[in-house]
Amino acid sequence: MSDTTDTGPMRAADGTPLKKSLARALRRQKLRALALIAPLLIFVLVTFVVPIADMLFRSVENQIVSDTLPHTVRLLSSWDSSTGETPDEPVYAALAVDFQAASEEKNHTKLGTRLNYENPGLSSMFRKTGRGADDIGKASTKRFTDLDPAWKDGATWAALLGSDDWLADMAEWSKDDGRQPRFSPRAEAASALPMTSDVYTAFARVARTENKKSAVETKPWPVLYTALEQDLATASPESLSAVNGASAGLLQAAGAAVPGFEPISYKDAFIDIDKGWSEVDSWQTIQSYAARYTPGYFLNAVDLEKSPEGIQQRPEQQQIYLMLFWRTIWMSMLITFCCLVLGYPVAWILANLRASTANVLMILVLLPFWTSLLVRTSAWKVMLQQQGVINDILVWLGLVDDGSRLVLINNQFGTIVAMTHILLPFMILPLYSVMKTIPPTYLRAAKSLGATNWTAFWRVYFPQSVPGIGAGSILCYILAIGYYITPELVGGTQGVFISNRIAFHISSSLNWGLAAALGSILLGAVLLLYYVYDKIVGIDNVKLG
Amino acid sequence: MKGVVLAERVENRAVFRFSRVKGLERLTKSNTGSPNLTNAKTGGDAAFVEFEHVQKSYDGETLVVKDLNLTIAKGEFLTMLGPSGSGKTTCLMMLAGFETATHGDIRLGGKPINNIPPHKRGIGMVFQNYALFPHMTVAENLAFPLEVRGMSKSDREAKVKRALDMVQMGKFGGRRPAQMSGGQQQRVALARALVFEPELVLMDEPLGALDKQLREHMQFEITRLAHDLGITTVYVTHDQTEALTMSDNVAVFDDGRIQQLAPPDVLYEEPANSFVAQFIGENNTLLGAVKEIKGDIAVVELDDGELIDCKPVNVSKPGERTRVSIRPERVEFNKARLQPGAHTLKAEVLEFIYMGDIFRTRLRVAGNDEFVVKTRNAPDQVRLQPGAQIEIGWLPQDCRALDA
Repeated sequence: MSDTTDTGPMRAADGTPLKKSLARALRRQKLRALALIAPLLIFVLVTFVVPIADMLFRSVENQIVSDTLPHTVRLLSSWDSSTGETPDEPVYAALAVDFQAASEEKNHTKLGTRLNYENPGLSSMFRKTGRGADDIGKASTKRFTDLDPAWKDGATWAALLGSDDWLADMAEWSKDDGRQPRFSPRAEAASALPMTSDVYTAFARVARTENKKSAVETKPWPVLYTALEQDLATASPESLSAVNGASAGLLQAAGAAVPGFEPISYKDAFIDIDKGWSEVDSWQTIQSYAARYTPGYFLNAVDLEKSPEGIQQRPEQQQIYLMLFWRTIWMSMLITFCCLVLGYPVAWILANLRASTANVLMILVLLPFWTSLLVRTSAWKVMLQQQGVINDILVWLGLVDDGSRLVLINNQFGTIVAMTHILLPFMILPLYSVMKTIPPTYLRAAKSLGATNWTAFWRVYFPQSVPGIGAGSILCYILAIGYYITPELVGGTQGVFISNRIAFHISSSLNWGLAAALGSILLGAVLLLYYVYDKIVGIDNVKLG
Repeated sequence: MKGVVLAERVENRAVFRFSRVKGLERLTKSNTGSPNLTNAKTGGDAAFVEFEHVQKSYDGETLVVKDLNLTIAKGEFLTMLGPSGSGKTTCLMMLAGFETATHGDIRLGGKPINNIPPHKRGIGMVFQNYALFPHMTVAENLAFPLEVRGMSKSDREAKVKRALDMVQMGKFGGRRPAQMSGGQQQRVALARALVFEPELVLMDEPLGALDKQLREHMQFEITRLAHDLGITTVYVTHDQTEALTMSDNVAVFDDGRIQQLAPPDVLYEEPANSFVAQFIGENNTLLGAVKEIKGDIAVVELDDGELIDCKPVNVSKPGERTRVSIRPERVEFNKARLQPGAHTLKAEVLEFIYMGDIFRTRLRVAGNDEFVVKTRNAPDQVRLQPGAQIEIGWLPQDCRALDA
């Protein structure tokens, strides 16, 4: 210890600084603790956290527009939709390339489905356009093949746009070798003919994925001619002359011929296929959702939409989610309240009975936990339906006329009754565990001080049971707000929750982005509730056991 | 040691009891302190609380309280003392109204209260763990009984302040019970039980959770307050020191019955039966049979054949088995101090323990190895050495022949 000076940092016996030494000692403990929980942690991460995060991320993800129509989107960004005019010819020309390329891979229908969420009708327009896409490229194809029949040949295109390495690899490749070599573009061609190079890259990728024929031998897509004609129209002679390889001569010749071609009006071609392309509205939708990330799903989830004038309400007949959120919130509150009113006395009795009797009753409280949720919900169907037990008894008693049996199910009443029953244990258990800790002497003390039974309860017992009420309510409410099966089975149309809508979008309409946005809002609402609760009551005051 | 300390306490208490009358006079004359809280009537003989043939059973099979008859005078400080399960707390709870008597009458101020609910009895109560409402401040706790009685806010505040001052807790009104020490909580609980000026206050082992020093201090505080305010107090404890130092009368409970009801000094010096003798203070017992009774003196033949003189308490005829009880501090081994002709016993010194103020000597007497003698540490005191053979004796009235 002689080397420990008064001024320097404290050192351990071996001379390392004490802090470092301590950190090392603690790190081992921490690692050991981490190793113990690692299996569960990894399990939860892989099966729970990552999928949920991925799912929630879909609520803002929007790459499909810019991935499917890359060139169109780039040109469209400078279009001013407020003029009321459709975009200029170059945008349609770019669309001709993008759309043909997309339809080769059948991506246009996916995009149509996506844009249809924002502007109903676009899906059918995209499908229709997809069917007519082949005609759009015919004119350019004819021009190039008339110029030189070699343009019909896949090898011409490969030699023009593929790098020498790729061409060499492809020459060696045969079908028995497995997958084709990965495509790499010819650098000079890519800079001189950017659009054509992009399209050929997609062409080579598809050929490689299908892997039936070599890309070199495959018949070129018509879109390649469309793209090449447009590229040649804008390319400088120097950049064209820089392109070498076997097809360099063909390219030079084509480059010289293109200025003489009569311009093709792709605008007219598209409008011929579908009138929708002449509407500013359709283009606005594409422009609005061109960004890679979009608030569109979230806006949709609260009945708003993006428009050129900014964010505005959706048309009345499309507004549904705010109403559903509101219904979910107030019905969950009502259910929580019903649970509290029914559960409080039960918990009180449980907490104040002799242990042996309380245990028997506790089993009755827990019994529903051991019964399948579906069974319990189905039991309510039996009870509540118009030909069900309750109605039968009421009719038998003469309280209700046989012709006017009560509608107790497939409405909000059914949801509230069934969910109150199902969530009741979640209220009773926290209440019970809190009440168990309130000594009976408090009530006695209050009474000895002159309080009536009610005053003693309300002023002394009730405030001390508030942590249990808080815990039970927050538990019931959070469970209720996300409930799905029971509202689905007994809720009809009036008694369904937002989660039923989320399930619909996940499994039926396949609008996962909207489902993720709705789910994120629900999650946010629960977290907000938790935060507010923490501020008001204090999460330390919550006792679950 | 305990016995000596106790004896001194008893003396102190006598002085204290005398001085409290003075204190009361002073209080009423100068009209200081808390006149509203002062009950003008000081201890009278009229029965204020009466238990008449009270029985209590919880399960319908066994009686927890068996035929209880008890009268408590106004202004009296009565302690119910007994081991756990002796029925003392049940009695208190019946008086408070939290348990109903299975049989018999309980009267308060002459009126039967069996069917009056607890909140209408107007009895103050201090609970074992104070039962201060944790969600209220000290002041709110104290205001609670006044509030439920519909008292106006200003009156409430004045009374709460006075009650807090009375227990020297004036500054703590804004605290929560959890922010205070046990002793402070105890004072607040006391103030809360007194703030609505009940004529009767019940205390259920209120000092059980405090450490020794604080407990002794609070014993003094409670008796002072009770006597200053002229309140009738029923105090339940299993701590005999508390019972002896605080009470006017002590009721010793065992097996659901009052074994003896007497002032502390009588209880200690003249236990009525062997349970009381053993429960209160330290005690030497010798077993034997009565040989003959001559007036105030009974001659007892111990099991080893030796004869001793005793005072007959629970024995009436020769031949009866008896348990002879002698307090350790009343055993004498200095022959000069014994009455001439008194019986003496041979004893062997087994152990000598120096305890500072006293010496504690363990002897073997009549086959009993646990016979203890306590002597004061005076300058001329003899220190007995282990192994020494001595003779011991006592005054016949200090040696009581009780039931076996």
